[in-house]
Amino acid sequence: MHQVEIATTQETLLDSPEMVLNMGPQHPSTHGVLRVILKLDGETVIDLDCDIGYLHRGMEKIAENRMYTMIAPYWDRLDYIAAVSNGLVWVETVEQMMRLEVPPRAHYLRTILTELNRIASHLLWLATHALDIGAVTVLLWALREREEILKIFERQFGARLTCHAWRVGGLPNDAYEDFNKDVRQFVSNFPKRLDEYETVLSENRIWLSRTVGIGVISAADAVAIGLSGPALRGSGVAWDIRKARPYAAYADIDFDVPLGENGDTYDRYLVRLEEMRQSRRIIDQALDKLPDGPVVAKLPKIVKTPAGDYYHSIEGPKGEIGCYLVSDGSAQPYRVRVRPPSFVNLQALKQMCVGHLVADVVAIIGTLDIVLGEIDR
Amino acid sequence: MLLLGPINLINDLLLKFFSADTVNYVLWPLIQIGIVVTLVALWVAYATYLERKISAFMQARLGPMRVGPWGLLQPIADGIKLLVKEDFIPDKADRWIFFFAPYIAVASAFIVFSVVPFGPDWAVIADVNIGLLLVLAVSSVGVLALILAGWSSNSKYALLGGLRSSAQMVSYEVAMGLSLIGALMFARTLSLSGIVAAQGADSIWYIVYQPVGFLLFLISGIAENNRAPFDLPEAESELVAGFHTEYSGMRWSLFFMAEYAAMVVVSAVGATVYLGGWYFPFVYRLETAGHHNLYVIVSLLVFLIKASIILYIYFWLRWTLPRFRYDQLMDVGWKWLIPSALINITLSAFSIFIVQALDGWKSIHTIERLDNGLNLTASGKGIMIVSGLIGLILTGLLLSRINWRSRDFNLRTQRRNIRLVNLPKGKPAVPAPSSGG
Repeated sequence: MHQVEIATTQETLLDSPEMVLNMGPQHPSTHGVLRVILKLDGETVIDLDCDIGYLHRGMEKIAENRMYTMIAPYWDRLDYIAAVSNGLVWVETVEQMMRLEVPPRAHYLRTILTELNRIASHLLWLATHALDIGAVTVLLWALREREEILKIFERQFGARLTCHAWRVGGLPNDAYEDFNKDVRQFVSNFPKRLDEYETVLSENRIWLSRTVGIGVISAADAVAIGLSGPALRGSGVAWDIRKARPYAAYADIDFDVPLGENGDTYDRYLVRLEEMRQSRRIIDQALDKLPDGPVVAKLPKIVKTPAGDYYHSIEGPKGEIGCYLVSDGSAQPYRVRVRPPSFVNLQALKQMCVGHLVADVVAIIGTLDIVLGEIDR
Repeated sequence: MLLLGPINLINDLLLKFFSADTVNYVLWPLIQIGIVVTLVALWVAYATYLERKISAFMQARLGPMRVGPWGLLQPIADGIKLLVKEDFIPDKADRWIFFFAPYIAVASAFIVFSVVPFGPDWAVIADVNIGLLLVLAVSSVGVLALILAGWSSNSKYALLGGLRSSAQMVSYEVAMGLSLIGALMFARTLSLSGIVAAQGADSIWYIVYQPVGFLLFLISGIAENNRAPFDLPEAESELVAGFHTEYSGMRWSLFFMAEYAAMVVVSAVGATVYLGGWYFPFVYRLETAGHHNLYVIVSLLVFLIKASIILYIYFWLRWTLPRFRYDQLMDVGWKWLIPSALINITLSAFSIFIVQALDGWKSIHTIERLDNGLNLTASGKGIMIVSGLIGLILTGLLLSRINWRSRDFNLRTQRRNIRLVNLPKGKPAVPAPSSGG
């Protein structure tokens, strides 16, 4: 990372031609402990630098000293907004390395629950993004819907946010008694609520003028930086791991992938809204096809993977979350590497922000949908 | 009559100690001022309570419920909490300016109430013949407080907030002043009581004659008070808290009070100029029946209700709309509000000219009286209402023609530009080969 050059001889604030503004780590809208150093000319951003690492917990190193089954809860704390999705990468990587046959019911339940988590994550994104741009009421509306999902999670996993959802080989327990009913009810109510958000935002002139043409990133640049998830699809690149390399039960399910055109904040907003609708479709189908049977495979007493290395990734709510696992054949991994979507997406910040105003920086950080737990690991 | 009893008692008591002149011109005004300041402070405090309640209802929650029944004592609890908090002044701040800026803000907001007619007779402290000019002049002193606060804090966020607020308030002040001129042409006076009396004599509210003026006044009033969607100087998601980032405790709450008091001022002036002030049909019958004080009190309530309606619009907009960006805010001010205010002035002048020219032509009778504002007959009123509506349409058309090519105006055509693709399914994720390396 380059350093922002600070104008020297700052007698007072106004004497220097440029102003360096520290945004964060304590700032209401940097989504955690991100520190953005902005170089401003008036209110126009001429340069910026991201300072990360305030939330570094050494997850990858910790993983080298834990048994395979013990590592899973750490993964839930990477992207704490989407704990269910993160957990899935780890267990699937281990399962595939072990060549473990997971029962179909587990696959379907995983699909349903990760899609619910995708909706919850997107709702939180919508809430904070709208809050950053100043539409406060949307925050509470979106959290109201998220609450429904968290209630389902609480009954299923015993926790609302930091749920430890999966075990290597399947699920710790079967879906609870009213699971079908609760999810169906949520799925049938949800589209109306989404329309409600759209009436407040999608055609609102202020919302449009704050998002259209802001933070534009072309398809070529998006690919070059390595963006993934809605940030990539907003630029019109057709790439979704659920389609390209189906995992869990996605191979049997029919859904569409929304693509933007201009790669601006508004397109990414529309893409995420449409993704929520598609997630709803996926949940509906998966519930219809949900087979009976066991939810966990038979496992050896001590989980060991064969020596070698393996990379597996899934389409998390924020993009491609991957796991690169090197094993020496023992009960502990030799090296674990996370491919965090937020970290890679954040790299586009400078390209998106330069030339815009301070207010747009906030909107762009919001549209990238970053979580610092995952960036700093 | 009941109400007059204690007032007379106090009057007698005061006359025992002071001369009649002192009592009439010093003591009673002081008592009046005390009452108004207390009432306005209460009103301001409960405006915060109302805002919290209204926003809660919009957001499917309850709002304050703990302190007192339905949380009614919440504003008082907040006030006490803020009073006992530490009054912190940052080390590098310009101490004196930092110290005084909140007082300027509060004073400029409260002084305006001296000319606002809450009701007829004793419910107005001072009926100044340039009342409206005084309102505009005094409320613009409030800008100074924000600039000083932003500057003296010696913080970059506060500085940016102060700069934003100065530019914003200066440019919206122009639009606000211009938007009121239309109504003044009808009232033919700058005295706020005079404007109310003119509307009473004409038995019509100027919102009917001046729909454009009212809308402009409302928008520029919101912008001038730094309220959402124009709350850029304190945009909490960008500038943390803008000009009052470094303030805490009572000094912070003075800024808060100033903001709400300024909102109440704009609502009160809006109600006076456009909604007929304390005037309401049939209330005058109380006066003719001999209940003078009752009449004043009912009029006062009418005024409070009218002002509260405008206040409600403030809350409503704040909790519905996203925030403008700085350059867009300037666009709205200079490209939309000021041109439409100028168009409105021209059209109002033109329609008044037509009505006056028509009077007496071929036995058409449009003007009744001119001594107390412009009092029109039924046909005159009809012409005026139609011309007001035409003005509304014409202003919209002209402005959209002016701004036809601007980027923000054409955003709507860009919406819905996502497409759904059913991508072909790839090979499923495969297990690792049994022997890796």
